[in-house]
Amino acid sequence: MEFGFTTAAYVVAAVLFILSLGGLSGQESAKRAVWYGIVGMALAVAATLIGPGAGLWWLSIPLIAAGGVIGYQLASKVEMTQMPELVAGMHALVGLAAVFVGFNAHFEIGNAAEALAIGKDAVKELGSFGQLIAKKSAVEINILLVELSLGVWIGAVTFTGSVIAYGKLSGKVTSSAEKLPGGHMLNAGAAALSVICLIWYLNTAAFLPLIILTIAALFIGYHLIMGIGGADMPVVVSMLNSYSGWAAAAIGFSLGNDLLIVVGALVGSSGAILSYIMCKAMNRSFVSVILGGFGGGADGPAMEIDGEQIAIDADGVAAALDEADSVVIIPGYGMAVAQAQQNVAELTRRLRAKGKNVRFAIHPVAGRLPGHMNVLLAEAKVPYDIVLEMDEINDDFPETDVAIVIGSNDIVNPAAQEDPNSPIAGMPVLECWKAKQVFVSKRGQGTGYSGIENPLFFKENTRMFYGDAKQSLDTLLTMIQ
Amino acid sequence: MKPPGPRDDPSFGTRREKEETVKIGVPKEVFEGENRVAMTPESAKMLQKLGYDCVIETKAGAAAGFSDAVYKEAGVEVVKTAAALWKAADIIAKVRQPNDTELKRLSADKTLISFFNPGGNEDGLEKAKKSGASVIAMEMVPRISRAQKMDALSSMANIAGYRAVIEAGNNFGRFFTGQVTAAGKVPPAKVLVVGAGVAGLAAIGTSTSLGAITYAFDVRPEVAEQVESMGAEFVYLDFEEEQQDGAATGGYAAVSSPEFREAQLAKFRELAPEVDIVITTALIPNREAPKLWLKDMIDAMKPGSVIVDLAAEKGGNAEGTVMDEKVVTENGVTIIGYTDFPSRMAAQSSSLYANNIRHMMTDLTPEKDGVVNHDMEDDVIRGATVTHEGEITFPPPPPKVQAIAAKPKEVVPELTPEEIKAQEAAAFKAQTKQQVTLLGVGGALMLLAGLYAPASFMQHFIVFVLAVFVGFQVIWNVSHSLHTPLMAVTNAISSIIILGALMQIGSGSFLVIILAAASVFMAGINIFGGFLVTRRMLAMFQKS
Repeated sequence: MEFGFTTAAYVVAAVLFILSLGGLSGQESAKRAVWYGIVGMALAVAATLIGPGAGLWWLSIPLIAAGGVIGYQLASKVEMTQMPELVAGMHALVGLAAVFVGFNAHFEIGNAAEALAIGKDAVKELGSFGQLIAKKSAVEINILLVELSLGVWIGAVTFTGSVIAYGKLSGKVTSSAEKLPGGHMLNAGAAALSVICLIWYLNTAAFLPLIILTIAALFIGYHLIMGIGGADMPVVVSMLNSYSGWAAAAIGFSLGNDLLIVVGALVGSSGAILSYIMCKAMNRSFVSVILGGFGGGADGPAMEIDGEQIAIDADGVAAALDEADSVVIIPGYGMAVAQAQQNVAELTRRLRAKGKNVRFAIHPVAGRLPGHMNVLLAEAKVPYDIVLEMDEINDDFPETDVAIVIGSNDIVNPAAQEDPNSPIAGMPVLECWKAKQVFVSKRGQGTGYSGIENPLFFKENTRMFYGDAKQSLDTLLTMIQ
Repeated sequence: MKPPGPRDDPSFGTRREKEETVKIGVPKEVFEGENRVAMTPESAKMLQKLGYDCVIETKAGAAAGFSDAVYKEAGVEVVKTAAALWKAADIIAKVRQPNDTELKRLSADKTLISFFNPGGNEDGLEKAKKSGASVIAMEMVPRISRAQKMDALSSMANIAGYRAVIEAGNNFGRFFTGQVTAAGKVPPAKVLVVGAGVAGLAAIGTSTSLGAITYAFDVRPEVAEQVESMGAEFVYLDFEEEQQDGAATGGYAAVSSPEFREAQLAKFRELAPEVDIVITTALIPNREAPKLWLKDMIDAMKPGSVIVDLAAEKGGNAEGTVMDEKVVTENGVTIIGYTDFPSRMAAQSSSLYANNIRHMMTDLTPEKDGVVNHDMEDDVIRGATVTHEGEITFPPPPPKVQAIAAKPKEVVPELTPEEIKAQEAAAFKAQTKQQVTLLGVGGALMLLAGLYAPASFMQHFIVFVLAVFVGFQVIWNVSHSLHTPLMAVTNAISSIIILGALMQIGSGSFLVIILAAASVFMAGINIFGGFLVTRRMLAMFQKS
């Protein structure tokens, strides 16, 4: 088949991919959009298979099919609470694939050089990629080497980073921030080593510097993500999402494949925007999140909190809910941990059946993945039009009778607005304390991930509903018919 | 309701006295005209949940509308005489300050919970001390947030405020609300509430909901917000001096300076001819009530106007108030000086007071095991206890927790329209500047790259830059709620890297084939997994 046909197919696929991402602007159009993506991908793969250079169908097609079976199993079995792990795990695969493809490109360059040395016949023996390389000038080969090592480097960082993120999200690796002695100096060292290897590689085109560069990148990915705490995972996962895109784009450059470049750029910018949104929602710079720990600028003693935490039992909550007309529920990661989303949804259904206005307020960084809470609630059959973003609902709290905080802490911390010395000062938060009454479902009296005391719990209109979220809601449900 | 353990056991002989469940007893109020009762069938059920047995004197709740039968139904034992009740009960709860007979019935193993007026009842304190009983005075419950649920003064004041308006309406020959009827126009009544404490706020709420135009005054300007939130108009004084901060005195008003008083009276004088109903609630702790509504103001009022003086017990805020009586002045203004407003709504006040008592018992029984733990370390219990173990413990030390936290609000200066405009213009400028800088730097970098890089690279590079640009434009529109599906779908399409592997797999080298095959396999997992999980998620999003 002609090269022109493949390129045409790529153009169509690229357009489909853009449409597919664009369609995610609304819940209904998204259902159609995902089909654009699927068709685009099918088209791209088919065009490549029948296009120039591809071979070994007997190997490729069974492998895709086998991958498909595993992918199907994963996708249909995964719990919605495990989505962050799944996404992180899939990033790891893309990263590793990028590393392998990069290595292959390196070998092909070697083969092409050999073939060129032998003569024209040998060049014809090469695959399409080899032939492409054989035509390149010395400068072009150098650029190719840079692109290739960049692709391998980013791919390797993505791979180990995603593996660690997966471990942290699934609880197999400690979710607290841990660093090896030396801290960020080690990362800086590994980065410097990578640059040296790159120069070495450009001069010699040998395999050894590429391997060392890969190992340095693998280390950076591991160590960087180990140093980031569990609650910053939304940023980490979207950052890795972005990286997997950039890796694909870099590989696309080295292979001279425009579709790879386009898709890589799309994915890369998508991840970058998500990271940006997440950082903004925490009022922290990207760098401070990635380097771990909280940014400076928060010196001076924290504001003193007076008052005390007043507990309440299910009876009291049920009575208050019975009288309330408007209820806002603020879910957080704690709801996912306790698997309480079904109970929350049931509570919502019962309250709505009584004609109450029940809505959800979602902070951008609630959960461990951007949009995580939305998916959990959707799974529990909470209609999406009552699930609102922070900006949409923050002004409504003063007219709200009851706000229920389930398993979130920092995102409802009034200290962010009231206490300029607080480490989270300036972070946009859900102003639930303006509601007439606030119930906080929480396991115990401890502070949140950031270790910051939450003055919300001490407010006069706040009552603490202690206990495991799922069990608490179970008891509550028995009282609300 | 089944009483626990020992009672069921017939062989339980002499030890029964000791092991028996602690009993809470409520006698009939002896004070004349007192209709309230300290226990309702509802509160009795709650007390039983705490592990106590409840006893009540016959007909104790009759005046409040609770018959002996409903008490029995709630598992309360009904005894015939007061003497029997005081003997049977370990804890006695009542409403009014106990009289001498009642104090004589106290003994060392008993606890009395009641209003006690410890500040003006030294004789009573002395007698209670001699008996060795513990006495908890309900008016001494500290005004801190935790103790609000047992603050009987507040719950009674709330009722008094409500009833004051009703009583005023009863004596006022007109509508509260303005009406336009076929027979003519009726102007709305004007009500002035002096003192926006608990009673004042209750009066304001009742008065506004009846439709009257309501004004309210208080020496503490910080309550203006609360007043206005209830639909009344706060009367501000033209007075320069720093007005007092009520929080320093535990939420109560303090004595004001003579100048302030003058300004205040001048304002009232101005209002007097206009208002139809005046409800005064101004009290200063441990002092005579301040005289705020003077003779000349009363004279200035329209005939038929009503003054309800809730401070009558402490001498009254209005000149001419007679305690417990209704008087009509020469110019036809009715002054009501009743002090028994809560008792006039006995059913309501009994249930609130009984709840206050019940909350007090909950705090006294932290284990919910029917055993009183009179913890003198606890701020609330310590504060309310006036005699304990043969000692007078009144007055209590100042509470550790400061009352009603009031921090001076930071004043955010209102921005003038010009300033807002200037800010917007500056923001726009900054934005333009930022965009121009970004475009400039980006363009320069592109040109620089174009100078050095070969054409084949630039060709791809342009595609790349355009794709990033398109990506940014498209992704900004993605709804926040779909971020997880977005990640899953970008994940799936980033497996486009499979194309590279497919192109390489045809190579001759064995190592290349192996690596390419692995990549194809992994990308395959991703493509199918990513798209399928996205579809699964999107299918869950349902509209209501």
